Amino acid sequence: MTTTSLPRRSGPRGGRPRSRALRRFTRNRPAMAGAVVLAVIVLLAVLAPLIVAHPPDAVNLEAARQGPSARYWLGTDTSGRDVFARTVYAGRVSLLVGLLAAALSVVLGTVLGAVAGLFGRWADTVIMRAADIVMSFPAVVTIMVLAGIVGPSVTILVLAIGVTQWPVAARVVRGVTMSLRDREYLQAARISGARALWLIRTHVVPAALPPVTVTGTLAVAQAIMLETTMSFLGLGVQPPQASWGNMLNDAQNLTLIQTMPWLWIPPGIAIAVTVLAVNFVGDGLRDAVDPRQAAGVRR
Amino acid sequence: MTGPLLRVRDLSVEFAGEEGTVRAVDGVGFDVAPGEVLGLVGESGSGKSVTAMSVLGLIRPPGRIAGGRVEFRGTDLRTLPEREMRRIRGAEIAMVFQDPMTALNPVLTIGAQIAEAVRLHDRKVSARAARARAADLLRAVGVPDPGQRVRQYPHEFSGGMRQRAMVAMAIANGPALIIADEPTTALDVTVQAQVLALLSTAQRETGAATVLITHDLGVVAEMADRVVVMYAGRVMEHADVRTIFDRPRHPYTRGLLESLPRLDGDAAELPAIPGTPPGMADPPDGCPFHPRCPMARDRCRTERPPLRDVAAGHASACHFHEELGGRGAAAAGEESHA
Repeated sequence: MTTTSLPRRSGPRGGRPRSRALRRFTRNRPAMAGAVVLAVIVLLAVLAPLIVAHPPDAVNLEAARQGPSARYWLGTDTSGRDVFARTVYAGRVSLLVGLLAAALSVVLGTVLGAVAGLFGRWADTVIMRAADIVMSFPAVVTIMVLAGIVGPSVTILVLAIGVTQWPVAARVVRGVTMSLRDREYLQAARISGARALWLIRTHVVPAALPPVTVTGTLAVAQAIMLETTMSFLGLGVQPPQASWGNMLNDAQNLTLIQTMPWLWIPPGIAIAVTVLAVNFVGDGLRDAVDPRQAAGVRR
Repeated sequence: MTGPLLRVRDLSVEFAGEEGTVRAVDGVGFDVAPGEVLGLVGESGSGKSVTAMSVLGLIRPPGRIAGGRVEFRGTDLRTLPEREMRRIRGAEIAMVFQDPMTALNPVLTIGAQIAEAVRLHDRKVSARAARARAADLLRAVGVPDPGQRVRQYPHEFSGGMRQRAMVAMAIANGPALIIADEPTTALDVTVQAQVLALLSTAQRETGAATVLITHDLGVVAEMADRVVVMYAGRVMEHADVRTIFDRPRHPYTRGLLESLPRLDGDAAELPAIPGTPPGMADPPDGCPFHPRCPMARDRCRTERPPLRDVAAGHASACHFHEELGGRGAAAAGEESHA
């Protein structure tokens, strides 16, 4: 302890703990690989119109069921649509649904978890029992019922995934909030006249941000899986709009599977690679923000 | 303004536990005049901090204020809606904590936290202006190089500097009353004096009344105008600081004073008050201090002594306060006990 000025460290304001986490992340090879792959996928999706040679929904019956060629890189489907174009455009939908649904579930979960943790008592009971109930329903079935009632659409898909996935983030944030609740600085903020909303914004959210980022990333992967599942079942993205799920659905037939692998391999690989990349990034983030939890610590 | 700034009357606070209800504060009353420093003295668990939290309206379940009044500028704070209460907290009544390390958020810069105190009560202040004000406040409490310091985190501050930052937060909105809860206890002895001097200066310059919660009679002697001695949730004695030190009229106060090390004494061993404070779940009948009191007799075991005026501005809750007319008479009281 000294009262003299400490040597000033470089780095932007507020950046020190974060830059440390960033350094840990960049040293994590699977995470960096995941990040690079994900960046490529995102770029492909964003730049889709500039990349593909054929519109994804353009039917060309004369060119139907062709194998991969210089003209159709991944061949064409039964309606003569370019499989490469459809795969790339489907990525847009999947990423959009994944990000929006994950964001929705994380925001919902953060608010509810913070309220439950901060207020405790009946608010906690109500919210956490609601979380238990939501988690005890199989998400796929719940979403199927919701989509069945309201009719399938991307909006319903996002809402349904968000509504069924929030308990994960809520539990994380509640835990963080409870550990903060009895800290003196929260009491100090109350004594300074802060109300609950202020406490959540100023003290709870920054403290919960690292674990929530991790939860959110993993929620993206989960949401993409759910989106493809629902689309595969015909309750998600509706044809003719392409989605990895409904592309797989279109290839659902033994002859096609045996004779035209270009119909189902590209969307299948796209799903697996995307989800894997997102999960690697999520794990890397978790290890970076909380090194104590790192699985198989190296270095 | 006429009348006291803060008037506490018959304040009782209870905590519901599994073993039954614990009365942590029992019928406490005192006044704080504008600009005055009131020392609230007692051992751990005597109800000092709970009293302070009651004043701020921050007793949370399972605790509750069971009775009494807390008047601030003549208004009973217990009747105020939460909204009004929030306006008073931090702006009219501010608090300095015991341990500045735990009272500061470790992941926010010092500047952000002082700015938070400013912006909570003046939403019109821009973030930039609040930050500038934070630097001004740090300068005012004697933190060198405040322009750089606002960008640092609590762990980059020394204990004394952190407590200065806490004081800066407390005075940010020019409060009329500062509650300092053991403000020097967590600090190195060498910086305790500096922080006390700072509190004195801040108190003089802002004209804020101060409730100084402490178990350290040395701090009381240095800072306080008047003293309330608490034991087991009750007020034992209440007088101005000179009277407390020169003519205590309660055996507990006397015990506290005798257990202070003295420069002019040659005692090989410091006298201590025998025993431990009573468990609050099962307080003794009669006077709460009687199990440890050298003067205790049968009446003390059965009859609870009320807080009575023994002289102008001097009250004691002892049946036998007459026997403690001064230090000399105190010794006589001990003999009569034997």
